[in-house]
Amino acid sequence: MPDVTFTVDGKKLTAPAGTLLIDACRKAGIEIPAFCYYPGLSLQAACRMCVVRQEKVPKLQTACTTTVAEGQVFITESPEIAQARKATIELLLGNHPLDCPVCDAGGECELQDMTFKYGAGESHYVEVKHHRDEQQWSPAVFYDRPRCILCYRCIRMCGEGMDVWALGIHNRGANSVIVPNDHQQLDCEQCGMCIDVCPVGALTSGSYRYKTRPWEMSHVSTVCTHCADGCKVTLGVRSTNDGAEIVRADNRDKSGINNDFLCAKGRFGFDFVESPDRLTQPLVRNAAGKLEPATWEHALRVAAAKLKEIRDARGGAAIGVIGSDRTTNEENYLLQKFARTVLQTNNIDHERTTDYAAFAHALAGTAGKTASLRDISSACAILLVGGNPTEEHPLLAWLLRTNVRLNRARLYIANSKPIKLDRQAKATQELPPDGFKSLAAFLDQGTSDFSKSLQAEESLVVLFGEEFRGEAVENLVAWGLKRGNVRFAYLGDHSNSRGAADMGLFPDLLPGYVPIEAPGAFAEYPNRPAAPGKTLPQMLEAASNGELGALLVVGANPVSRAKLDHAALKNTFIIVQDLFLTETAALADVVLPAASLYEKSGTVTNTYGDIQMVRKAADRAGVKPDFEILVRLAGAMGVDVSTLVPFGKRGTTGDLGQSRGAQAGEADRHAVWLEANNLEPKLSPFDPLALLDEIERLVPGYTLDRINLFAGNDVHTKLEATPGFVPVQALSNPDLIVPAHDTLFTSGTLGQYSTALKQLTQHQAKELAETAAD
Amino acid sequence: MSPTSETMSLFSPALARRFDALVEKYPVKRSALIPMLLYAQDEVGYLSDAVVAEVAQRIGITELEVRNVATYYSMLRFKPAGKFNIQVCTNISCMLRGAYEVYERFQEELGVGPKGVTSDGLFSVEEVECIGACCWAPAIQVNYDFHDDLKPDLVPGILDQYRNPIQDQEKDQEKNA
Repeated sequence: MPDVTFTVDGKKLTAPAGTLLIDACRKAGIEIPAFCYYPGLSLQAACRMCVVRQEKVPKLQTACTTTVAEGQVFITESPEIAQARKATIELLLGNHPLDCPVCDAGGECELQDMTFKYGAGESHYVEVKHHRDEQQWSPAVFYDRPRCILCYRCIRMCGEGMDVWALGIHNRGANSVIVPNDHQQLDCEQCGMCIDVCPVGALTSGSYRYKTRPWEMSHVSTVCTHCADGCKVTLGVRSTNDGAEIVRADNRDKSGINNDFLCAKGRFGFDFVESPDRLTQPLVRNAAGKLEPATWEHALRVAAAKLKEIRDARGGAAIGVIGSDRTTNEENYLLQKFARTVLQTNNIDHERTTDYAAFAHALAGTAGKTASLRDISSACAILLVGGNPTEEHPLLAWLLRTNVRLNRARLYIANSKPIKLDRQAKATQELPPDGFKSLAAFLDQGTSDFSKSLQAEESLVVLFGEEFRGEAVENLVAWGLKRGNVRFAYLGDHSNSRGAADMGLFPDLLPGYVPIEAPGAFAEYPNRPAAPGKTLPQMLEAASNGELGALLVVGANPVSRAKLDHAALKNTFIIVQDLFLTETAALADVVLPAASLYEKSGTVTNTYGDIQMVRKAADRAGVKPDFEILVRLAGAMGVDVSTLVPFGKRGTTGDLGQSRGAQAGEADRHAVWLEANNLEPKLSPFDPLALLDEIERLVPGYTLDRINLFAGNDVHTKLEATPGFVPVQALSNPDLIVPAHDTLFTSGTLGQYSTALKQLTQHQAKELAETAAD
Repeated sequence: MSPTSETMSLFSPALARRFDALVEKYPVKRSALIPMLLYAQDEVGYLSDAVVAEVAQRIGITELEVRNVATYYSMLRFKPAGKFNIQVCTNISCMLRGAYEVYERFQEELGVGPKGVTSDGLFSVEEVECIGACCWAPAIQVNYDFHDDLKPDLVPGILDQYRNPIQDQEKDQEKNA
């Protein structure tokens, strides 16, 4: 659309013809109030708050439905308009209970803000207010009708945004009421988006309601720990006796790729950190064979002495290390560095859920061929092969729906089963369950309408699921590269399984998928063993046979998915760092209570290769981040920890003079200066960012735009920059890949410790049973 | 429990055929929603859960969407009315000419309150907005029949007409002859 020029409050503005006046004004810094208008959703024009005066038009016009054209003249603030808005608010307040002192939204309520601005302090109404009792629609969603201002945001968000259509409006006028789809119960994805967009306190969340006042929380912007999409999440935290608890999760600041979107796991599933099952002190197996609480010093001493003894007596090959899919990049990097340089072993692996190594191999030597989440949200054409984003990648599903709805993107889906996103697809292709391997050949034939329209697309983003492994990944990528103008993304599980792979938690691959045999690779690692180590199943087998002296397990639960004779592991000294006493931890000799992702800082990489900052939000007395645990373990083994974590090399002259009267706070100011200059104060060996430099220096593909990363934005890494010569061994065994297939309410080992997610699972199971009975 | 085929329709074959034609009549199927609800109500008496389910299924929208629309209109009901639904207009012309007295007399005669249904299910009585008979106010509608220029004393006679429909028909025939 060509630009047009129009006048708002005497200012000349320019915007493309057809832009909504409210958008054009907001862009120019002129705020027009609105309740029902919500960016990205269809227009409602229900609230009449955005009325403005347009020259030569007899009545006030709604800015949310007026499109701009050449030469128009508008006035957005005048006594007449203020009076109109005040009258609207007076009507809205007619039945509003004004229970602001106890309302969840009190302090962050749009109706409060508008009343404050336009001041409808008096009412012409003397009638008794309509009252209706509050309803609970699901464990997550409560509805308080009297507070509702009927803006329809929730209905549109649920329908258009989520494609769930679970909310409707019944009756007419003052009797109107928002209703859920199943007789006062919500049968839906329980994402809580309706609560999020509610401008008042009509929709409240089961986990947050009546818990606190908004101004009592501190807000920390970090990354969700549940799936591999890596949503930005703002955690509302509050001090408690033993740390800081999370009381709310949302993303109202719309930072990050997910804008305001969060799914049920991100929004309600944070409560696992408060689980009573949480480990808060180290456990050491005593002489009687029972795990008993111990001090950190004792537990670390026992673990370190044993690791040292086994390494020195039987060599590093007798030690195995299993890393985590949900610890930070720095922790994963430190873990493999610790394994390779301190424990002297290449027996390191993680619970692989996705074949990233094959993906890296397939892409080697190309440039700009991986798709970030941002690419997906703006792509013109997308091919989705396999996977079920609605269940396993809620943000991806949201972005695909949004892109189709707002930008008319063309979505092509090839899958062996129908998925919900088919409703947004331009074309779908059913595949036989084993048809993924031969997909490339099928598309090349170009006989079907599906492949013809795919070939006709100028550019394409190809998303593929865990159905693809090893050779199948290679074939698909090769097909795409041949076709040209294609970018790829591989859909994996868990918040940092991509990071675990990128950081080299492989027996035969160093960080950045550098083969262990590559000459000169990671030369600065002192005496790293040259031969590839054991994979995870091999380690467990060796442990069962008594060939493994010690096993260090960080944030993983390998015992749960392997068929193992637990008694056979008793000759292996097992050290587990985890949040909970998992099946593996129950077998351990030393259990070290670890911090969750919400209780530490660092970076994580989502399955698309976007790296983001994790910031410490909650705190729990007794637990420590895995980073600190590893450093202290190394320290207890007598290692100079500065060889592991290069702290104190730069920026350490920072003055710690917080206590010096007038100069108090100097360290803070120093930190501000350092951050402004793209440096961090690396004062401590427990500072994960001290390792980020090394990661950036040594790991191919991790050349980072620091200013964006530290500002809290997602930064795309370059998987293509990794060396292509991944040895066949890493690729040869697709059986090592076990996808998690988490659903909307499950999350690896964490989900089962979340009361909120368990309740939602039960609720939806009941809804499903009822539907089936009908 | 939505019907899966024509044979399982809860509507009469004639109405089912009428609906088949209706949904094809408009550029978008859901335009047929309100007429369908009205015809369904005339046949079934009210919009039962089963009616809502079948209408939703015929149009291809959710039951929630059907209810979103249906609850807006006061003439669509979700509970059974009497066989003869007495609708008393109480808008201004009728009100000024004694509609409320007529309305109260109906309630007294039938022994039910507003929107009440007699225990034999024969009558129900409700207050409605203007039925367009202001010239002959006060006026009422019994199902689709009009009775106008009423006084409370005429109420028992009207009820009798419906209580004894056969006699009534005979009378009509005599009149016509």
